Parts: sequence; C-alpha cells; structure tokens
Amino acid sequence: MNIDLSRRSFIKLAGAGVVASSLGSLGFGEAEAQELAHIKPFRLTTLTETRNTCPYCSVACGIIMYSEGDARNGQAELIHIEGDVDHPTNRGTLCPKGAALKDFVRSESRLTEPKIRRPGSDAFEPISWDEALDRIARALKDDRDENLVQFNEDGVPVNRLTTTGVLAASATTNETAWATFKVIKAMGIAGFDNQARV
Amino acid sequence: MSTPAPAPTTAVSNPSVDPLTPNLSDAAIMRASATPNLPEPTQQMEKVAKLIDISKCIGCKACQSACAEWNETSPEIGICDGTYTNPPDLSSEMYTLMKFSEWENPDSGNLEWLIRKDGCMHCEDPGCLKACPAPGAIVQYTNGIVDFVSDKCIGCGYCISGCPFDIPRMSPTRNVVSKCTLCSDRVAVGQGPACAKACPTQAIVFGTKDDMMAHAETRVDDLKSRGYDRAGIYDPQGVGGTHVFYVLQHADKPELYSDLPADPKISEVVEGWKGPAKAVGLAAIGLAAVGTVLHSIFGKPNTVSAEDQSEAEELVDAELGAEGQQREEV
Amino acid sequence: MTNSWTDIKNTDLVIVMGGNAAEAHPCGFKWVTEAKAHRAAKLIVVDPRFTRTAAVSDYYAPIRPGTDIAWLMGMIRWMIENDKVHWEYVRNFTNAAFIVKDEFGWQDGLFTGYDPATRDYDRSSWDYVIGEDGFAETDPTLENPRCVWQLLKAHVDVYTPEMVERITGTPADQFLHIAEMIGETSAPDKTMTSMYALGWTQHTKGSQNIRGMAMLQLILGNIGVMGGGMNALRGHSNIQGLTDMGLMSNLLTGYLSMPTEAETDYATYMSTREFKPLRPNQTSYWQNYSKFMVSFMKAMWGDAAQAENDWAYHYLPKLDVPNYDVLRMFELMNQGQVNLYFCQGFNPLMAFPNRAKLTSALSKLKLLVTIDPLETETARFWENHGEYNDVDPASIQTEVLQLPSTCFAEDEGSLTNSGRWLQWHWPGVSPPGDAKLDTWIMSQIFLRVRELYRQEGGSFPDPILNLSWEYEDENDPTPQELAMEINGRALSAVSDPNNPGATLLEAGQQVKNFTELKDDGSTMCGCWIYSGCWNVDGNNMARRDNSDPSGLGVYQNWTWSWPVNRRILYNRASCDLEGRPYDADRMLIEWDGERWVGNDVPDIGVTSRPEEVGPFIMNPEGTSRLFARGMMRDGPFPTHMEPFESPMANVFNAEMRGNPVARVFESDVADLGTSEEFPYVGTSYRLTEHFHFWTKHNKVNAALQPQFFVEISEELAAEKGITKGGWVRVWNKRASIRAVAVVTKRIKPLICDGKPVHVVGVPLHWGFTGVAKKGYGPNSLTVFIGDANIETPESKAFLVNIEPAEEPVA
Repeated sequence: MNIDLSRRSFIKLAGAGVVASSLGSLGFGEAEAQELAHIKPFRLTTLTETRNTCPYCSVACGIIMYSEGDARNGQAELIHIEGDVDHPTNRGTLCPKGAALKDFVRSESRLTEPKIRRPGSDAFEPISWDEALDRIARALKDDRDENLVQFNEDGVPVNRLTTTGVLAASATTNETAWATFKVIKAMGIAGFDNQARV
Repeated sequence: MSTPAPAPTTAVSNPSVDPLTPNLSDAAIMRASATPNLPEPTQQMEKVAKLIDISKCIGCKACQSACAEWNETSPEIGICDGTYTNPPDLSSEMYTLMKFSEWENPDSGNLEWLIRKDGCMHCEDPGCLKACPAPGAIVQYTNGIVDFVSDKCIGCGYCISGCPFDIPRMSPTRNVVSKCTLCSDRVAVGQGPACAKACPTQAIVFGTKDDMMAHAETRVDDLKSRGYDRAGIYDPQGVGGTHVFYVLQHADKPELYSDLPADPKISEVVEGWKGPAKAVGLAAIGLAAVGTVLHSIFGKPNTVSAEDQSEAEELVDAELGAEGQQREEV
Repeated sequence: MTNSWTDIKNTDLVIVMGGNAAEAHPCGFKWVTEAKAHRAAKLIVVDPRFTRTAAVSDYYAPIRPGTDIAWLMGMIRWMIENDKVHWEYVRNFTNAAFIVKDEFGWQDGLFTGYDPATRDYDRSSWDYVIGEDGFAETDPTLENPRCVWQLLKAHVDVYTPEMVERITGTPADQFLHIAEMIGETSAPDKTMTSMYALGWTQHTKGSQNIRGMAMLQLILGNIGVMGGGMNALRGHSNIQGLTDMGLMSNLLTGYLSMPTEAETDYATYMSTREFKPLRPNQTSYWQNYSKFMVSFMKAMWGDAAQAENDWAYHYLPKLDVPNYDVLRMFELMNQGQVNLYFCQGFNPLMAFPNRAKLTSALSKLKLLVTIDPLETETARFWENHGEYNDVDPASIQTEVLQLPSTCFAEDEGSLTNSGRWLQWHWPGVSPPGDAKLDTWIMSQIFLRVRELYRQEGGSFPDPILNLSWEYEDENDPTPQELAMEINGRALSAVSDPNNPGATLLEAGQQVKNFTELKDDGSTMCGCWIYSGCWNVDGNNMARRDNSDPSGLGVYQNWTWSWPVNRRILYNRASCDLEGRPYDADRMLIEWDGERWVGNDVPDIGVTSRPEEVGPFIMNPEGTSRLFARGMMRDGPFPTHMEPFESPMANVFNAEMRGNPVARVFESDVADLGTSEEFPYVGTSYRLTEHFHFWTKHNKVNAALQPQFFVEISEELAAEKGITKGGWVRVWNKRASIRAVAVVTKRIKPLICDGKPVHVVGVPLHWGFTGVAKKGYGPNSLTVFIGDANIETPESKAFLVNIEPAEEPVA
C-alpha cells in the first residue's frame, strides 16, 4: 500500500485544489434543486416491437426486436433485441449468443453488395446483381447441358447432374427451403445437402 | 402524459415501449455521496435483490452478453490466457464477469467447477458511496440499488478503494468510474436487470429481497438433499447484507468461489472519515493511485475548499498514524 | 426430438451423453434445471471432458471418444441381468418377440454376411422368419433362442462392466453407479430423457451410437412418454426443417426418398416403399406412401405430372450411388469432376474434415457461388491469411461470386425447432445495402436458367420448363405462397370417402392435413409431414396461444408441430394394453373405451383399440425395433467399433479398423495416422460463447471467447512441458496448427486396455474472418470418413500429437 504521501505533499495536493467552489456546494448545501436521481431514460420507449425467433440453435427462443423507423420502406434500424417472455420455451431468457443478436444483425462483416473474385485475383470487386445472376445462370445451364447424365448405360433415364453441387442453409426458413428444393431438384442436381450432413 | 411505472417484482417480463414515469426519483434516495444534509427519503420502496444461485449456473456468460448489450458497452476483444474467464477482469466496459475455478472436493473426491458471476453486490452499507468525495456521484435508493452518476463523478477512484469486493473500474478514456447499476433504468420502469432476464437456467433471479431470500432457502434445501451439507446463502452482514447475493454449494468456504471474501467489511479508513474532507484524506493515505487522483481532481471543475482542506488536514493528522501503520503492516 | 424442449421438465432423470446441452442449447437446458428444481430429477453427464453441463450434474463419468456403443451395450446387459426391464413394454411395444432367421449371427466383431472386398454386408440373414400367413413369426414368451430378446441378450453378454472399462475408460464403479440410477427408470411410472447431439453423430458409427441409447430407452419403457424420449438436440435453427424438407442428396420432402437408377419406373420405385404390415391389425402408415408421393410430384410439376407419365417420375434425378453427400462431392471436386458449387448460408471450408483437401478441391472449381449474410472463410478460400490460410491467390483459378443475403431479422417465414415446432417469424429490420432475400435469389437463378432453356433449348429441359412456379410475382414468391404450397391443396374437387356423394374439398381449397391427400392427382402437397401447417384455419405456425391447461408443458396451441400438431411422438406407448396411462400424473393420452383422448394428439388411429394396434404406427411390425433388420448397413444390433484413428485395436478383432462398412476414399488412406506417431485422442466441440463460425463476427461474443485454444489435462501438460496460456503445436498427417493451451483438471487421462489415453480438446469457432483473433478450426485435423449410414464425418475422434510451440508472429 502506498503511504508515501507525506504531510508536506498532502498539503501541496490539497492546496493546489483550493478555489472558490467546494465539493459540498454541488450537494444540498446551496443547490437543493440539483437532481440526484440520474436514471438513464428507458432506451426502448416508442420503438417498434417485432416477434421473431433466434436464428442460432434449434431451441428457437422467442425474441423481440426493437427497431426504429419503418421496415416497409427500408428504413427500419435495429436498436435492441431481448428474449420474449411470452415464448413457452425460453420464457424471455437468452444465451450469450442470443443476447448479443443485435451485434450479429449489425455486424461489420454483413455483406451489402454482390462481389466477384476473378480467377487468379487477390481481391473481390463489386458486380451488379444482374451481371452476377446472369453469370450464374449461364454457368449452370452450360454445365448442365454439357454434363447432365440423361441415360445410364442400360438406357434408363436418370436425369442426373453431378458436376454442379449445392449446399443449402439450415438457418433459412422452410419456405426458402421449399423454393430452393424445387429449383435444385428440378435441375437434376444430385449433390445437394445441408448442415444436417455434418 | 405517461403512466407511472410499478416497482418490479421479477425479471421475467417484457419491457413496454409505451412511455412510463420512472419509479426511481430523488424522493427515493436514501444516501448520496458527500451529501451530509440529504433529506429523508419520502418514497420508501420495497427492497429488491438479485439472487445468483451458483449451483444452477452453467457459466454461459449470457449475463455478460446481455449486460454489454443493454448498457451498450464494448468489452475488449482480448486473448485467451489459458482460462475461460473473458475478458480477463471487470472493466468500465464489462460490469459483470464469470469467474471459473476448478476445485477437487477432498471429501467426495469429485471435481467441481465453481463458476461465479462477479459484479456489484449493491451493499446495504455501500463502501463505495461512503468513500466517494463527489457530492451525488453515488446514490443509494430506498430499494437498495447503489447507482453511480457519471456526470458527477470526478474520477478520483476512491470508490474503488472503498469497495470491499473490488468491483468499480475506472474508464481509461472517459475518466469516470463505472459498475453494474442493477439496471436502474430498467428497474425504474418496472423491469428486472438484463442479466437476470437473460439467464438461461434462471440461476440469476430478481425480485424483492424477501422473495429472493425465500427462494434461496428452497434452493439450499434442494442442495442439501443432493449431498451439499454446507450449502447456504451468502448475504454478508459486514456490509449490512447485499442486494446481490448468492446461493453457494459450500457456504462455509466462500473463498473457493474465485476469492469471494468470507467476511467483507468497509475499510475503517472509509468509515472514519465523514464529509468532503475524506477526499484529500483518502488521497493522503494512498488508498487510490495518487497519479489518478491528481489528474482527476485537476481535470474536473469540482475542487476542494479551504475549509474542507483544513478539516481534512486535521483528520489526516489524527488518522494517519494509527491507520497508516496498520496499513504498512499489510 | 421425440419430445419437446418444454417436456423435459417432466423427467425423473436426464442423461446427457453424446452432447453438451448446457453449452450448446442453454435455454433448452433450462428445462433440465426445472426438472431438477421441481421434480427432484437427477442429471447424469458422460463425456470425455467435464463440461459446463457436468458442472451442474449430479453424477459425471468420463468416457473415451468413440466408445459409446460398448458403454451402451454394457448398460443394456446390466439392465437385463438385474431385471431392470419394463417387461410389458418390451413384450408388446418392441420386436423382442420376433423370430430371426437361423443364419444370422455375430463373430469377431462382425455380423454374418461380411465381404471385405466390397466392404459391405450381405444383409439377407438379418431378418425375421416369415410364417405361412405372410406375417413375421413371434414368441410372446421371449424364450425361443432365436427371438430378438434372446439374441440381444447373447449379443450384449460380452459387455461386462470390466469390458466396458477396458474399452471406454469409464471406471467400472462409476459405470455401475450410473447403471443403478438408470435402472430405476424401468419402473412404469419413472422415466429418463436422453439428450444428445453431435457427440454421437460425428462418428463413423454415429447412427449406431444413437440406436444403442434408443434400445436402452425402449427396454426401460422410456419412449413415447412425458419426460422421456430420444432427444436429438439439433444444431441449427432450421436444420430439422431442412431435413424434413428433404434438402439432402438422398431425400425428397417428408422422408420420401430419392429414386435410384435400379428403380427404373414409378411402379418399381413404389414396390419397396409401401410396407405391408408384418403383424395382424398393424397400421404400417407408409402404406399411404403413394398419396404423399403423387401429391409431392403434383406440387413440383403440376399438370406436367400425370398418371400417364408416371407422375413425371423421370424428372427426378436417379442415384447411381447411395449418396452424393458432401464428402463425396468434395472428393469428386478434388478429382476435378465438379465445375460449379453453390454455398447458400454454408461455410464448408470450416465445417468438413481435412481442410487442406477442401482448399485443394475448391481450387479446382470453375465457379463458386456463395450466398450469405456474412463473410465466410469459404468465400475467401483463395485469400492469403498467413499461416491461417496459406494459399497463393495467383495460382487459384476459381471464379467466386459472393452474394449478400438477408438474415432472420429481415425475412419472414417458419423455422422448425428441435422439438418439431414450426414457428413463424416476422421481419423487423431493413436489409443492409443491397442484400436480398434468399427466395428472391433462388427465383432469379431459376428464372434466368429457365429463360435460357426457353431461348436455346438444351439437355432435357422439361423438368425446368415445367416446374410449377405459380406465384403472384414470379420474381419474388412470398413466404405465405410457399407455405401454402407446402401444406397442400386440392387441385380438383375431392369427394368425401366417408360420405359418398359429398365433396370433401373444393378445387383450390387447402387440405386440412395429410389424411386428405390422394394418389390420383387431385391433390398437391409440397411436404406431407408439414401438411396442416397452413390449412383452412390459416397459418397455424403463427399461433401464439401460450396457455397450457394440463400444466405439463404441452402448449398445444403454440405455433404448430409436425405431424398433425402432435407434440410427443409414439405417445400411444405411454399407456398399457388397456389404454391406461402408465403414469396418471403425466397423462398424454388415454383410451376412454371408444377412442383415444387426452392432452396431446394421439399417435395412433383415434379408434384403434389398445389391445390390437401397436404404438409404432410407421413400422410394419407395429412395434419398435430392438433388432433393426437390414435397415442399417453396419448391423442390426450396435457392435463396438473403434474410430478409424484410435489409440487401441478393436478388442474383438484387431484387424478391424474403424467401421468395417464405412466408405473410405482411396485418396484419404495415406492421410490416416496411427497411435505410434500420434498418441493422443483429439476431439472437437462447441463452446457456449459462440455459434459455429458466425459469432466471431460479433464483437460481444468475440470478447467473451476471443481466441482459439486447445484443452489438455494437467498430466499431459506436465509430461510435455506445456504451460497454461502457453502456445502449443497440434498436428497429424493432415495439418499442423498452433493454439493457446488451456490446462485443466476437467480432462483427465483415461486408462484403456491398461494404458493411459490422453484427450486433446479442440473447440471450433475460429477462422480468418471476423473480429475475433484468427485461428483454426478442428477440421484442419479431422478424418475424411463419414458414418456408414449417413456420411456424417468422424469429427469427434481422431489422433494428434502435441508439443510446446512459439507464439505465431501476428
């Protein structure tokens, strides 16, 4: 414990601080009106609530998203997320991942524009959605036209494409999954899995 | 016009987005630092408490996460130091911290992983408040919450020295001290603290102190039925009891839980000084880093009057001898 | 999960083995703590590490990674030996009484029919004796030496507590202590729940691990009851949904299966799928397969699917191998046989084994398309990140398109949780920048390919040109439209089979559930098991009534559960042969003399008499199966198999490496190591602070667990001179990685076959993107071999060596 401060240096310290106002003056001494309770204003007042479920594990905890602005015109900004007490499974609780969901939604690593990395390049560069999707459609059709196995050696129709593969996302909705399923199976793509395989 | 917020009885509640009048106001302040002539509070609230049942804690750090999100702090992204405790210490950006200790119980031969959520205990008799020289920078409400008011903090760090649990932390950038507020802004609108709401296993629960004490007793009974004969409640009376308290599997050995003090008390030095004089007095005996004190006092408009100074001089004269020597022996 | 998360509160005993529920599913684990607090339930944890689940357990025992089958068979042996058997359940609700063919047997770790040349079994002897009446022969006394019960007894006889200890490292006294605890739940009014996850699946015999526990649970009568069940704690928010929806190389929707090229027409395809009952009076619900299949084909191809063209059967791809699973696709990719690969919300560079091979494979693609809300290592596999991704971009010729998609906060629709609840959610945030909905992206890809086929023609365009795509805005199908398709509707008027002349459904009307589906083309349904999710009552998945009249955590009106809003599968098995609940306090359903009534939707025909119709309605036996017949490639009973990389030989057959029928690609053989070179057992796992490779992009979670580490025992640390917080190198033939060492009492050396076995724990969550410190995933080290039945890679048991190392230069 440092008790080196001698009486002399103590005087110096104290003396240096001697000015007109007193620490006490900010209390009830002469400013009764000074507010003591400094409670921060409640952060969620007037925000919009939206019910959702946590996208991480399969407990699927109910959450409430608190946002500012209108989602329908692309203006809604996420302010806070917390557990939904009405939800029978989590009853408002959240794990360390769920409790920090806002910083996942607002992560600096969120992707905001399509990008292309050209062969041999060491960087991504922006590309328009239209161009990106056209490149994909062209590549997919070309590969399918060239490599679709329509019949096996016995002449049985097999309509199988194994030179294109797809991994689907187990965090997308069932409705997205259905749209994805329809497109991929219709193309004849055989190598089609999701995270359930891991 | 907004509706008055009720006093909270649980953290299991969805906040309202409608405006509410906070239930915490000046009328509910029972103590304020360096404010000797504080009027008696006219709003007597029921005491609240956060109970941390270590036997139900899975060490998931949801409390830390929810705390950082609610209080909008940014704990540092550090390194792994060979333990699960992260960040490595409480900070002005991390008001609560899971501390992990591995203990081989010599009686049972079993390994126990004792995980304690550390943070402000909200003492009934708060050492931080008593040590604080800045008028109104630390207040205590009649419901038991001890809150720091950053606008009034002079960054002297005495509260850190005054705390028997080593909780408050200085912000290196903002030069004010901060700690868990028991989510006073949530409590003020009838909600419980963010950590208690988030806690997946409800190892952290919140409500009136009476309710929490009754709940704690049922938890102790459950633990005893499972062979934890020394299970008990940690609500240290040396600081008048606390508004954050624990259920421990081994209440006879609180030090097992990452050095939870067995019998915490406010330093006699802090108890000895009254009024603004303690500012300089505490500096004199070096309870806080002197550099910080100098910087803080000069960096703020709040300063010491001649009157206070001389009062302090006397006190230091009186106290330095005994207390100083005592300290030296430590 | 057979049961739901909230049902766990009804249990008497929880066993967490093959998982780490408190860390991976904290808010679901809440219900374990509720059961402990309110039912005085106990928690057992069996795990190589003393986990955070173990921290709140009543009893913990260690086990060597990859030896769970020996442990579970030993447990079954103990139950039989000590008469801890729910006899009425076993006799009536399992196939214990069924007589098995004389040819079936087991010797030297192998079942009859093994051919080492093909690494496969001839499974024809693994079946019942069928009597002249066409039904399987049974012996209700269970005394026939060829009945399943007697065969099981003989099969598990070798797994004594001493043998269990020798193989698994679980000390016999601890094993026996747990056996006593589990044995108590054989009482009809006591139950145990099994909570497991990837600790059981990520093995080359993962399916058999799970079967082992399922068999134990059946013997104890713990399936189909409140607080019981086999509860697979699924990893992702909709991994259950994507499996149900059939986004797998071997599946169609609702567990209809992909045709193989041996099934040359629809009739042949159907011939092996419409199971006839194997016992009198049994339901054998798959007899309705054709209704689900035809309705599915109508959902896919509408008017182009007609009886005349076998419902467009040839539009479906036909498999020439059992599976084009991810391992096979990366193997083919690495051979240069894959040109184009899509990763929608998937980061395979960190998820699949042997990362060096994955990088090599991705480098051979022409085009990689990633669709994700976040940066992924996969999208940047070509980018140099020093030792964390040591590649030369100039030498990688793969074009990469990185498409930004939305996340949960910005989209609408349903996710299926582990307990089979389909829960609808709503968007509350605007997508960042130019990020787009996945449905829009898939539609754009489809419409543009279809347009190219319209303009240019090409290879067999029919399934693409005729794909049903009837949405108000074909560029942007809404979740409502898609959900209604999944539920299904009448395409033409459907008459009421119970009321001749009356109409059941008008054309265009949503079907109530799958019981209204037809195989004549008059109905369509995207996924039969989801039928009922959006019917005449509207969007049942959006229901938010959280009342629970029984107080038993059923929540019948909260969202919607498949099938037909049933919350606990096989719930008929919670009642005796008279239909009385085994535990009146936990009544799920009961027989009122005429029909089944109760707190849950009965998992049986509502008027099926309890003494006649068995509870396992999907099985042609009407019972559950202790003996799996030929349905699993690696045996009708689980038998102990070592991991492919193991510190000891298989005690039953020293020549046998790993699972004898697991697929091993030739190119991977050289990468397998032995315990002489790599003496320590590596195992991988998640930490509660992170979610896979997502949350390292989140500053809060990154702060809570910032840096990659490995965990070892104090004993191994002392032996190797490794210090807590110091750096180590961990390596095997596939990779050499560096990590911080966490030295802990929570991992202890095990004694297996008389020798100490050290475990090196390797958590996942770090990579080279995001705000956490750069690090490695365990997949740099893991083995490129999958489970013999479903090809899930063996990420939970592999061999490594370890030594102190220098800190990497930042």
